[in-house]
Amino acid sequence: MTVFTRPKTKTPDIIKDASMSKQKEMMNRHYERLSDAPERGEKVAATFVPGNLNELLMCFDFANNLPEVNAIQSGLRKQSGGYVMEAEKSGHSEDVCTYVKSDIGMMAKGNIGPNGRKLPDPDVLLLSYTGCFTFMKWFELLRQQYKCETIMFHTPYMADGKMTKDMIQYMVKQLKQDVIPKLEKVSGVKFDIDRLREYMRKSAQAEDDLVWVLQSAKTKPSPIDAYFGGIYYIGPIFGAFRGTDDAIDYYRFLRQEVEERIAQGKGPVTPDGDMGKERYRLVVEGPPNYTHFRQFWKMFYDEGAVVVASSYTKVGGTYDFGFRHDPENPLESLAEYCLNVYTNRNLPMRVDMLENYMDEYQADGLLINSIKSCNSFSAGQLLIMREVEKRTGKPAAFIETDLVDPRYFSGANIKNRLESYFQMIEQKRAGVRSAA
Amino acid sequence: MRTFIGIDLGSTTTKAVLLDENQDVIGRGITNSRSNYGTAARVASEEARIDGRFTLFRRALSTGGADTERVQAFLGALERNFRLVQFLGQLDDLEETCLGQLQTERFAKVAGKMGEALNEVFKRLRAEAPALYAPGATRKSDFFRDIAGSRFHVHAEAVAGEANVSHEILLNAYDKSIIEVENRPPAGGMSEKFRRAMARVLEIDPHLIDGSNNVPGTIEAALDLELEETYLVGTGYGRVTLPFSKEHIRSEILCHGLGAHMMYPKTRTVLDIGGQDTKGIQIDPNGIVENFQMNDRCAAGCGRYLGYIADEMNMGLHELGPLAMKSNRPARINSTCTVFAGAELRDRLSLGEKREDILAGLHRAIILRAISIISRSGGVTDEFTFTGGVAKNEAAVRELRKLIVENYGNVTINIDPDSIYTGALGAAEFARRSVAS
Repeated sequence: MTVFTRPKTKTPDIIKDASMSKQKEMMNRHYERLSDAPERGEKVAATFVPGNLNELLMCFDFANNLPEVNAIQSGLRKQSGGYVMEAEKSGHSEDVCTYVKSDIGMMAKGNIGPNGRKLPDPDVLLLSYTGCFTFMKWFELLRQQYKCETIMFHTPYMADGKMTKDMIQYMVKQLKQDVIPKLEKVSGVKFDIDRLREYMRKSAQAEDDLVWVLQSAKTKPSPIDAYFGGIYYIGPIFGAFRGTDDAIDYYRFLRQEVEERIAQGKGPVTPDGDMGKERYRLVVEGPPNYTHFRQFWKMFYDEGAVVVASSYTKVGGTYDFGFRHDPENPLESLAEYCLNVYTNRNLPMRVDMLENYMDEYQADGLLINSIKSCNSFSAGQLLIMREVEKRTGKPAAFIETDLVDPRYFSGANIKNRLESYFQMIEQKRAGVRSAA
Repeated sequence: MRTFIGIDLGSTTTKAVLLDENQDVIGRGITNSRSNYGTAARVASEEARIDGRFTLFRRALSTGGADTERVQAFLGALERNFRLVQFLGQLDDLEETCLGQLQTERFAKVAGKMGEALNEVFKRLRAEAPALYAPGATRKSDFFRDIAGSRFHVHAEAVAGEANVSHEILLNAYDKSIIEVENRPPAGGMSEKFRRAMARVLEIDPHLIDGSNNVPGTIEAALDLELEETYLVGTGYGRVTLPFSKEHIRSEILCHGLGAHMMYPKTRTVLDIGGQDTKGIQIDPNGIVENFQMNDRCAAGCGRYLGYIADEMNMGLHELGPLAMKSNRPARINSTCTVFAGAELRDRLSLGEKREDILAGLHRAIILRAISIISRSGGVTDEFTFTGGVAKNEAAVRELRKLIVENYGNVTINIDPDSIYTGALGAAEFARRSVAS
């Protein structure tokens, strides 16, 4: 008779690769700069990740504070739960985006950043991507709190599935007539287009290496995890580092690291060390969960599942179709960058993108992580799933978590669904094999 | 003979199915999951093997133009007596454990009186046991905990009065002991219990055994046949708490899909409503899962919801369906939140609404939620198979039929009386295939 026993397990230390440590050091410096800003007389801008205009802000010597990144940091550090509840106490509903609530709650509790020091009040709020209505409401709240200059840079939604010259001109006009003059006024620094060109040249250089790294997942086995690992990889480019030498160095370093992994035939680095045998290659649609990031990731790598492409790594901007920041046409290029944000693409464009990923990255299936409090991503996800499933004939699955609200992460349930999904892929493969 | 076992460790019950090499179900076993999946898995598979022995007896006795009715009557008597022998064995264990409690400090002062009282309670329990397993007798549950528990309460109350011992302290000894007893599988060999049951049948109902067919010899021969456990596959929520090694685990989605396919090969859509899960599963013509959806962070509208409602109404779980069936005007209840439903239930009762109407409304609310999960998984394709504990509830089935017709037209709806074993059946087939491939 079978003996039922519980296997013994031990939690090992978290393994990090050198690029992760390098990034950590960059982030620490970034937060120190923010905390020091008032003392050093530096002006601070707050802006969002999607379509952020870091190069432009740098032209005015702003230190760039990104509330979403702060919310992610709070999630990873297990502080967002308290912040979310703090925001609810002040009247924000349970359904509101939890990034917003984490940010609002953090401000209510003294606005202490991940470095343990107070984050500065912004001098300007720059809303450069309007595809998410929550962003507008969020900045309304911040404006009320800080009573500072607020700039809304309107990005037209690509409802017809294309980017037109009119759209770009409309955006360039806004930059010239509204955004740049206001930034000049707040910063007291005159706009210098050559300075912008120089930053954009640097951006493009780092972008080339990032794209190379993300596309390295086409290799079998994939040397990277393009979702869980990918979140680290996009950190500098979508944050306050794009256009800097730091970003160029980081991505060159990262690329070398990945090249080495490919040469050694290695899979991705996970918090438990090198991943074992690659058994499932997945495309993931939707943001991750940050409150149980490691536990969530473990559910994948324990089963040999690696994410080879993800839409979330395109949340700041999409480089897949060749876009790079262009120093020759700086303002037009900024406009294009904003238009290219993943969630600014209409549903058919997103479906096409995911279908291509399935094909180009030789994925076994599509997984959707639907975020309870994110309408930008969640709307239409079931439709996307069905369509990609139909076109590729590959199995898809749907799980639900949240960004930074720990109450919406039901571990056993998610694990159950993921395991079912992986076995479903296995079963389908066996079916195809036996049919052959 | 080689057998393959599938175990479905559900949140409420644990089910086991024993399959032979020809894909025939030999035995099924079920037990409450307790808080100990290890014991639940052992007990359920033991129960499946017991049931398997009956299949072997039936096969052995049914050869060569045997009188089927007579064989049925004999096997019925053998089973009742087997269950009685098993019950008495567990009762002995319970008594011994209760008496063992008296050594502890808590009971030291009253140990003498309590010992006598407990002896008396168990004497009465033993005396009435044969009636519990008499022909035609009905039991509210087949689980030892439920039967022993309810009868212990009755006798303890009477004995406490007579022996001048506090009723509570007797119950306390019981509560402390039943967990221990329940968490160890019944003592004694299975064959020995069958022999004792056989002896009882020979003594009480000798007419059931035709001497010329050598029934005792046939039974002995069937008992000697070894049921080799060739491969085991576990599924269900409990597999997380009780990890089998990886190759012995399959997801319950896959198991339910395959199990439903085995029961009804034309199945394309499966709905399973279990204790804490509602699953909508789409399968292909080979029983391979194509898509699925299940409830997310909240288990509103699952089987446990009905359990809670039954408690609120002070009724047995199995009485809910029949009462709801009496309703002609189901109340409109919107919430599948278990806690809100409880409040709504009390409100409506106080307003004078009929119990059956409220209950019918609650059943409809569950099914509405299930329909939403099915639609998200891809809708209903003919044929449709409904499984899980809730499939036994006729009121839930009535609402489901209505809503399926309204939303998807005339679709064949399959409900197997053994649908609670669907996941375990799929798991057993996975076990068989593991060896076959």
